Amino acid sequence: MKVGVVTFPGSLDDRDALRAIKLAGGTAVALWHGDHDLKGVDALVLPGGFSYGDYLRCGAIAAHSPIMSEVVDAANKGMPVLGICNGFQMLVESGLLPGGLIRNDHGNFICRDQVLRVDNTSTPWTSGYREGQEITIPLKNGEGGFIADDETLRRIEGENLVTFRYSEVNPNGSLHDIAGLRNEAGNVVGLMPHPEHAVESGFGPDTAIAMKSGTEGLTMFESVVGSVVHQ
Amino acid sequence: MATIIIEVMPKKELLDPAGKAVLGALHRQDIHGFQEVRIGKRFELHVDGEVTEAHLATARTLADELLSNGVIEDVVSIRSEDSPA
Repeated sequence: MKVGVVTFPGSLDDRDALRAIKLAGGTAVALWHGDHDLKGVDALVLPGGFSYGDYLRCGAIAAHSPIMSEVVDAANKGMPVLGICNGFQMLVESGLLPGGLIRNDHGNFICRDQVLRVDNTSTPWTSGYREGQEITIPLKNGEGGFIADDETLRRIEGENLVTFRYSEVNPNGSLHDIAGLRNEAGNVVGLMPHPEHAVESGFGPDTAIAMKSGTEGLTMFESVVGSVVHQ
Repeated sequence: MATIIIEVMPKKELLDPAGKAVLGALHRQDIHGFQEVRIGKRFELHVDGEVTEAHLATARTLADELLSNGVIEDVVSIRSEDSPA
């Protein structure tokens, strides 16, 4: 029921993630990168932003933060962990998820409402979606190109680790249209687009019904709040 | 003072969008003699006194574990140089 959000120097979407957790019925707990304390949370979100100004590599310096030793421990023990955008970059940099993220193939920063297909619903973050369901949530990054070597890609596909795939358009050259991944156990999920920006009507992506009324990201937070409650 | 120099490049088989953008700029300036541009990183670790084997060992570990990401990059060179006084 308690979901923590870690703030790093340069995090931008930590407050949005905290708000999304509250709207999903969870208790949102703010955590700090410099602490060694997860404050008894049941699940974790690594939020988006530009930690350490994207210096060195996106997410690389944050992945070596003090709190990350606790995050990695908890993830390896099965705690649900969601990395969004810069948080996804931290998860690949810390080795919790396979592959890497590089500059978009067209070289531009991209900001758009992006359609995704939910390819795997057997994670605590996606259990509320239907397999194959298409959702629209914002995407905003400059380095969201997912890459991995052929052997890793085969393993990712063979073990059904792809959790979200870009639909309609591949916005950044990601291999196999991969927008988000889970680990083998399924508790760790990372994705480049931003579910926390599609949780409240009036502030989400446009839909066929009304401008800014899209809330299809909320299910991700409701899923984890539900999974933690039911444990 | 001496310096350990570590050079990191994006893996050859991977697209280097930054290098590609520079190549495009060359073409726009009508410079056509170059087939490819790739952009890497050079780290300089400054050491008081002489570079010891211990410094180099730490640098090699750092190069693999922090300064580069083996999924997307290769460490192409680690060497020491005496800095000009």
